[in-house]
This record gives sequence, structure tokens and C-alpha cells, in this order.
Amino acid sequence: MDKIYQRLTPLFRDVFDDDTIVVTPALTARDVETWDSLSNIRLMVGIEQEFGIRFETAEIAGLPNVGALVDVINARLDRKQM
Amino acid sequence: MSSSRTSVTDWNIKTLSWLPRAPDDFREQCQRLMTQAEGSERVGSDLERIAAHALNFNQLNRLGSLINRLKANPKTLEPLDPFRFGILCTGTTDLVVPALAASAARHGIALHVEVPPFDQMVQQSIDSQSQLNTARLDAVLIGYEHRGLRIDADVATLRIKSPDETLSLISTICDGILANSNATAIVQTIPNVVEDTFGNIDLATDSLKLRIEQVNQFIRKQAMNSRCALFDVERIANLVGLDAWHDPVQWNLAKLPFSQGLLPLYAEKCAQLLGAMRGKSRKCLIMDLDNTLWGGVVGDDGVAGLVLGPGSANGEAFAEVQRAALALRSRGILLAVSSKNDDATARAPFREHPEMVLREQHISVFQANWREKSANIEAIASTLGLGLDAMVFLDDNPVEREQVRQALPLVAVPELPNDPAWFTRVLMGAGYFEAITFSNEDRQRAAFYEANARRAEIIDASPNLRDYLQSLESVLAASPFDGVSRSRVAQLINKTNQFNLTTKRCTEGEIASFENESGHITLQARLKDRFGDNGIISAVIGRIETSDLHIDTWVMSCRVLNRYTEYALCNVLVGEARSRDLKRIIGRYRPTTKNGMVKDLYGELGFTVMEERDDETLWCLALDDYKPHDVPMAVQIHGAANVPAYPSFN
Repeated sequence: MDKIYQRLTPLFRDVFDDDTIVVTPALTARDVETWDSLSNIRLMVGIEQEFGIRFETAEIAGLPNVGALVDVINARLDRKQM
Repeated sequence: MSSSRTSVTDWNIKTLSWLPRAPDDFREQCQRLMTQAEGSERVGSDLERIAAHALNFNQLNRLGSLINRLKANPKTLEPLDPFRFGILCTGTTDLVVPALAASAARHGIALHVEVPPFDQMVQQSIDSQSQLNTARLDAVLIGYEHRGLRIDADVATLRIKSPDETLSLISTICDGILANSNATAIVQTIPNVVEDTFGNIDLATDSLKLRIEQVNQFIRKQAMNSRCALFDVERIANLVGLDAWHDPVQWNLAKLPFSQGLLPLYAEKCAQLLGAMRGKSRKCLIMDLDNTLWGGVVGDDGVAGLVLGPGSANGEAFAEVQRAALALRSRGILLAVSSKNDDATARAPFREHPEMVLREQHISVFQANWREKSANIEAIASTLGLGLDAMVFLDDNPVEREQVRQALPLVAVPELPNDPAWFTRVLMGAGYFEAITFSNEDRQRAAFYEANARRAEIIDASPNLRDYLQSLESVLAASPFDGVSRSRVAQLINKTNQFNLTTKRCTEGEIASFENESGHITLQARLKDRFGDNGIISAVIGRIETSDLHIDTWVMSCRVLNRYTEYALCNVLVGEARSRDLKRIIGRYRPTTKNGMVKDLYGELGFTVMEERDDETLWCLALDDYKPHDVPMAVQIHGAANVPAYPSFN
């Protein structure tokens, strides 16, 4: 679980161009000034490429916080391993 | 040199694997450039250097936003070539814009992007006062994608619709832009859909897939018209596969027309096209020999020990690289060799190995010695009269590649995988030699340069330059611009970087507007000699202001340098000006990083300095005192009245 956060932090910093971001479960779009619908797409495509997974439409638009996002990533990674 | 810089990259078109990997401190470097630019430093060259890496789409976004911020102070973007670009597309373009600006910097262009309001493609193109038509754009991209076209089945009849409505829509937009602005219209083809309706017979029966293919055929034909250009996006989508291209999730969420993971590829291909329009396509391929054109080291293994041709898998791969180089040669790309070898050793396989595809006669300059590769590449460029930015250097050795990149950042040096099976894909897939048109002129270009190489040998052998030039039996034919020469004149004006006094670019529309127009004097000149016809090699645009002729544009092809062509043209210009009772010719020199060779041209032609400004020098020639220059050629003037033929050397 911690490993996923470690991989997400540089990606978030890249996408939102902000070196102060530390990715935690409670982080939400409201906490990051440049997190809008377009940069959200860039983030999601970046995560898909980084982890080799695909998100479902509802997940891209509707996750409440990073904790929920990481749950989805984990579920996808598990599915890949099966 | 860090190990990551020389590590091997597998071929991957989606990640632009032919470009070196981005540095780890990419964002810090961007930040430093921002700080320097805020101090009004010119950072254009550094932007070009950092853009030359394989950037992912977040990095493109970062660099693109930086360029966008610097636009407010255009000086900071110098010496990048400004290009004003409009986008008329269905679908969301917000992510494309910064990626395009960053990719354009990779090709030496400072891109300004104008995006008119969404969904107004027709209004924007046919209204002469629209945002698009009043933005003084150099080019407009017309990008439909299949969902924006009404070519699917009619709901009432359930029959697939005729493509006519779509074709006339595209024509209307294209014609509107051409009629209401001076921009070139760039038309995109439409990637076909993934989903079949029938299966195998989709393209053989009346279906949406067939319709899209028909529309694309029309677009390809339309775009080859003179003021249009073709951006064959369907071809790019096919390179990666339509299944990877179309992402239904991204379309549904944000109307993104293709999978944004492919943005680096899309933007790079578009930037290559814009670069080609500005004459930035590469013109010469310089090749290493050992383990690049054949397997093994000829100095150690001997000609008989080389791996080349049928009989081994690697031999097939090297023969394929040579066939690709020869195909480039046949479309006018010059070939040269740079190898660390003794000259005779390096030439032996070309003469003796039966499986060699390339022969000595295909190689314009052959440099085999023990000097640094960068020194040889400079020698090749100067022998051919080409800039370093016209060169591609192919070498299997990562150390040599890095040495050349460090010493000569303008030379394109593709990353190569270890396995030679991929060399051809890199060479042909990287897009270095992008062409927007293909003319007989292009086909003959390599021959022009070879004729030059022969001439260079005669110069060495001839003690007297004048005797030699006289022996060429040159004929210069000058005439005003006309419809027939228009596209070649546009090509010269927009592609010439070295012999270019002002580096003012013109669209074909602007050039057409100078034809038969009494306020301007235009000249196009063709040079023939006993080795052949060099084609149209120079263009001049002069603007008449009271009794002065202002030379706004003067360009000349470097392959006719050192032949007094510019002196003969000066004579012709003076004749033209006198026939209109003008008193002076005013010339301008605007320095760029590439046109140093013509810094003193006007002085050599007898002009005197009139005014030194920050960004240009004005020169003046009084026509009353003008003595025609002696020139070693006959001069013919067509269609221009009262121009005396000036005496030639004798």
C-alpha cells in the first residue's frame, strides 16, 4: 500500500507541477489548486500508464479522495495478477 | 556522462524512443529557464535543446505552459522561428495546445496557437472578420473526427448517407480560410472507427467505414492543392493501431478525440509538419559504417568477414538499413559517411562486397579518418553548403552519439536499439525527412549537389577562378513572379535560412498578391550551366516607396554560391528600378543565427550603410552612380521591359 503512495507522489508533482504535494489517503481535489477536470484526465492517464491498468468511467469522475483511488488501483492490480 | 543517458532504449513509437530520455531534473531546468526569461534573457536555444528529449505528456504540458508564458515577451523566445497557428477542430483541444507548443520548440519554432470558440468551424472560416481570419495566421489546422460528420446511417431510412454533404462542408471551410486570410489550410484525415458493422466486408460494402475512407481520399486529394497541406492523422492512428487510438472513456468524459497517452506522438507529428513548412526538414543523412551499415569492424574482420545480406539475420537487417538509405537518396536526401577508419579500408566494402546496396556513387561526401565525428560532420556540412540543422547522424555507438549531441546540438542524432533489426524503423519512423510536397526539383536535388562536388574538384584544379566560372557557360534567366513559379518561390522564401537577408516568411497567398502589382518589383531567377539546370535559385521582393526600392526579401539557394549570381541579380534589380525612374535601392540585413554569410552582402555589391538599428542594418545604393558588375554569365530577362542586358566577363 505504502509503495503505491510512493509511486503516486512524483506523478502528482509532475501532473500538478507542485513539488510540495505529498500524496496521502485524505488528499482531495480541493487541496490542490491546479486539480481541475482536465488535469484530472492527465492524472488518470498518467496512473494508467504507470501501473498498466485501465479505470472505469465512473471511477475517473467520481472518487472522493486519494484513498479511494488507491483502493481502485489495488483492486485492478489484484485482478491483473489473477 | 550518466549511465541513464547511454542506456539502451527499445523502439517504441508511442514514447518517441528515437529521442534521448528526458533529464531527471527536467522540471528544475524548466524553472531555471523561466527565471532567466524573467530577466529578459533569450532562452530560445535552450528551449529547443530541452524540447529535443522524449517528453511524456505531462512534461510537454509543463514546457508548453512555460512557452505560453514567455510569449508575452517574444524576445525571450529568440532565435526560435515564430509561427502563428489556428486550430479548427471538433473535440477538446485544451491538452493539445501546450503539447504542440512544446513539440514545435523541438523543431525550432515558437508557436502561437489561436483556438476560436468551440463548434464554429464554418462561421470562423467564411467570415472575413472572424477571430480566425483576423489573427494573421500562418496556418490553420482543420480537424474533423468521425463523430463530427453526418455520415452514419440516416435514422428515418436506415440507409448510410452519401458523403457529399461532408465533402462540401470540408471544402467550404478550406476555401473560406484561403479566401479570407493568407494562412495555409492544413487538413487532417480522419482515423477510421474500430467497430465493424459487417465484419470482413465493411470496406467492400456501403458502411460507415467505407464512408470515412471515401472522405479521407477526398481530403488527401484536396490537401495537395497548392495552398493546402496534408496532416494524415489516419496514418498516425494506423501506426499505433485504431484500438489504441480511440479511447471511448476519454471521449465520453471530456470529448477527447484520441487517447491522450498518444499526445506526444500526435504533437510531434504535427510539429514535424510545421517544421517542414518552414524548411526545417533534414536534408542529409550521415552514416557511421561499422555495425551501422554492416555487422563487424572492417578494419579487423576484413571485407570477407563482414555480416551483410542474406545468410544471417543480422546481415538481412544491415542490408535493409542500406535499402532505406538508398530510398531516401532516390527522393533527394543526400547521403554522407563519417567513419573512424582509414579511407581505403572504409571504401573497400563499397567497392568489393557483393551484398552492398550502397555504392560509392551514392555517397556525396565520404569522411573516413580518425578525427572526432563532430569535426567530420562539420566538414560534411560545409562541403555540401548545408547547415548543421539539416543533418541526421546515424551511429550504433552511444558514446559517439553523445559526443556529437554535446558538440553539435543542431544535428539530429537518433537513439538506436542494440538490435540492428530496428535500425530501419528508427531511421524511417522518426520523421526527420518530412516532405510537404514532392516535385521534380526535389527528385533532382541530390544530382544538383553531386554536380557541385564535381565543380569543387575543378576549382581545385583550376588556377584561375574566372576561367573556371567562364567555362561553366552559365545562363541566368530572371523574370517577375508568376503562377507557374509560385510554389517554388514560396518554398525558397520559407526554407532558405543562410542566404536570406531578412528571413521574412511569406505564404503562397501573399506571394500571389505581389504578382502583377505595380507597387512591387519581384524577381525569380533560374541558373543553367553546362552541368545542368539548377532550377529557380533566387527570389527577390522589392517594395516601391516614392523614388526608393526597398528590398524586403532576398533569398538564394546555397548551391549557387561563389558564382557571382548575386552580382548579376543586383544588375537586374538596378535595371528594373531604373526603368521605373527610381533613384535608390534600400537593402536590409536582419541578423539571425544562420544568415551570417550575407552580413556584408550589400557592402560587397556597392551599397553603403545608411542606418544601424537594433535588429537590422539599412544599406543604400544610389542608382545614378551605379556601374554594372562584371559577371561570368549571360543574363536573360523575360517579361520585364527596358532592362538592358549587362555585359558578361569578356
